[in-house]
Amino acid sequence: MINLLILPLLIPLVTATVLIFLTKSVGAQRVISVISTIGTLAASIVLLLTVKNEGIQTINVSSWEAPFGITLVSDMLSALLVTTTSLITLCVILYSFRSIGASRERFYYYSVIQFLLVGVNGAFTTGDIFNMFVFFEVMLMASYVLIVIGGTKIQLRESIKYILVNVISSALFVIAVALLYSVVGSLNMADISQRIAEIGQLPILTVIAVLFLIVFGLKGAIFPLYFWLPGSYYAPPVPVLALFGSLLTKVGVYSILRSYSLFFYHDQAFTHELLGILAIITVIIGGIGAIAYWDVKKIIIYNIIVAVGVLVYGISVATEESYKGMVFYTIHDMIIKAALFLLIGVMIKITGTSDLRKMGGLMKKYPLLGWTFLIAAFALAGIPPLSGFVGKLLIVRGGFAEGEYVSSLIVLLSSLVVLYSVIKIFMNGFWKAPKEYPGEDSQPVTFLWVPGAILVLTSILYGVGAEVMYPIISQATDALVNPTIYIDAVLKE
Amino acid sequence: MEILMSLVIGALLASAVYLMLSKSLLRIIIGTGLLSHGAHLLIITMGGLKRGAAPLLGEEAAAYVDPLPQALILTAIVISFGVTAFFLVLAYRAYQELGTDNMDEMRGNEAND
Repeated sequence: MINLLILPLLIPLVTATVLIFLTKSVGAQRVISVISTIGTLAASIVLLLTVKNEGIQTINVSSWEAPFGITLVSDMLSALLVTTTSLITLCVILYSFRSIGASRERFYYYSVIQFLLVGVNGAFTTGDIFNMFVFFEVMLMASYVLIVIGGTKIQLRESIKYILVNVISSALFVIAVALLYSVVGSLNMADISQRIAEIGQLPILTVIAVLFLIVFGLKGAIFPLYFWLPGSYYAPPVPVLALFGSLLTKVGVYSILRSYSLFFYHDQAFTHELLGILAIITVIIGGIGAIAYWDVKKIIIYNIIVAVGVLVYGISVATEESYKGMVFYTIHDMIIKAALFLLIGVMIKITGTSDLRKMGGLMKKYPLLGWTFLIAAFALAGIPPLSGFVGKLLIVRGGFAEGEYVSSLIVLLSSLVVLYSVIKIFMNGFWKAPKEYPGEDSQPVTFLWVPGAILVLTSILYGVGAEVMYPIISQATDALVNPTIYIDAVLKE
Repeated sequence: MEILMSLVIGALLASAVYLMLSKSLLRIIIGTGLLSHGAHLLIITMGGLKRGAAPLLGEEAAAYVDPLPQALILTAIVISFGVTAFFLVLAYRAYQELGTDNMDEMRGNEAND
């Protein structure tokens, strides 16, 4: 079916619209959003298999020929990311049932989540730079609502800062697109790439490349543009935080990957060098934050920054091996970050606090939760049979092959810091003497644990099945290493 | 003509940055308004300001102005309009709840709310 690749966008869009009419009945909202998200997941899996068998899928919307209309492009990379996004959204929706509270649910919560899914899937699928801006705005607008929904004081305070930063970065995105349009005269990403290859990377294009880096770096929280993230992500409730932490920053990283592998690959001595330096500082800053705090949310939030640094480092090395590692690590990190946020969410629900020093002894009463968290922690750090291992191995090997010993070593050492930070949660939260927590027995712990466990299980399968995933991942990196594959698929020459 | 526009856009962006660095929330929102004006004018300038008819085929002119930047601006305008409306209401709510519009007083750690 030729319209297959629009389904992961269309299904949540229709659902979001339908859900607006059903705000009064929470039950109907839950049923519809679960069914439709399962539908989105199924559609994206079918899409993934189609791309695997038949190569890159494209649609020219309304049948306008490629550079003139808007083209949606699903190569292996975007199909993988769309599938992961749909899975994570499904788990977060399941988690929300018992955790978000009826007052928020009645206030368009599920509808806004579907809009967020539209924005993220759209940003992964589009083949047009201005259309990407529009999908960014769809995603951001939904995230503004999600961050402030409920209207507590901390949410109001932090959402003002979050919105301000994103308004500025959106204006910069518009400016960057305007400058790019004035130089190449096209908005279609394949066409832009082709034209840049023809004229070579003029100095003005390097300037635009750095401008794009600033824009996407603000979305993806790389050094020195990460300053808004720890405060803003601390404010919203846990399921929203899980969505943000696993999806939003990765859209920024994906955009850096796409623009730097498709448009701006001619002057690597400058652009990719810059990217590498920023990535390493990001890793260090994130690592410092992760070990500095005694707050479970803060620890995992700083781990997002570490992972973004590692991913951007993978982009900066720009060899086939490092791209493979980077794609592998992106999928792993999306899944495992969502899982970790959901699991610490359960811990916070039980204990009623996010301060690690007030927790302790959860292992006795909740062994399943404890072991799941431990597996997730090991996967995050990249212990061999689990999913974090292969990605980081390939990134570091790519770095060493390029002779970047110091930075590869820092990436390697960051694993230790990450491991220390999450094991600190495990040792202080699950070991030690058990404590009494008021209101603990009324919490639906098993129900809340299941979505996190599904994600951890996925991550285990992903790690153990690395052999199966490898050809898929290398198909995803083909278009990154060799942009003509992407261009030919879109412009059909 | 483009040089003149560039100077005007530069002035707009400079005042936007100045306003956004101030303490009062309303001045910051006025700054974001100026910022989006600057960005939109930049699109129309970067599309080229050559003389031509308005992009209506009924004009039957020899040359038209580039219609694409105009469509882009129209999209960007409504988006920034939506975001600004949301931001203004949020500022109003924050003023009601927090009792201040001074960004300095909105600092503070998570614990003290």
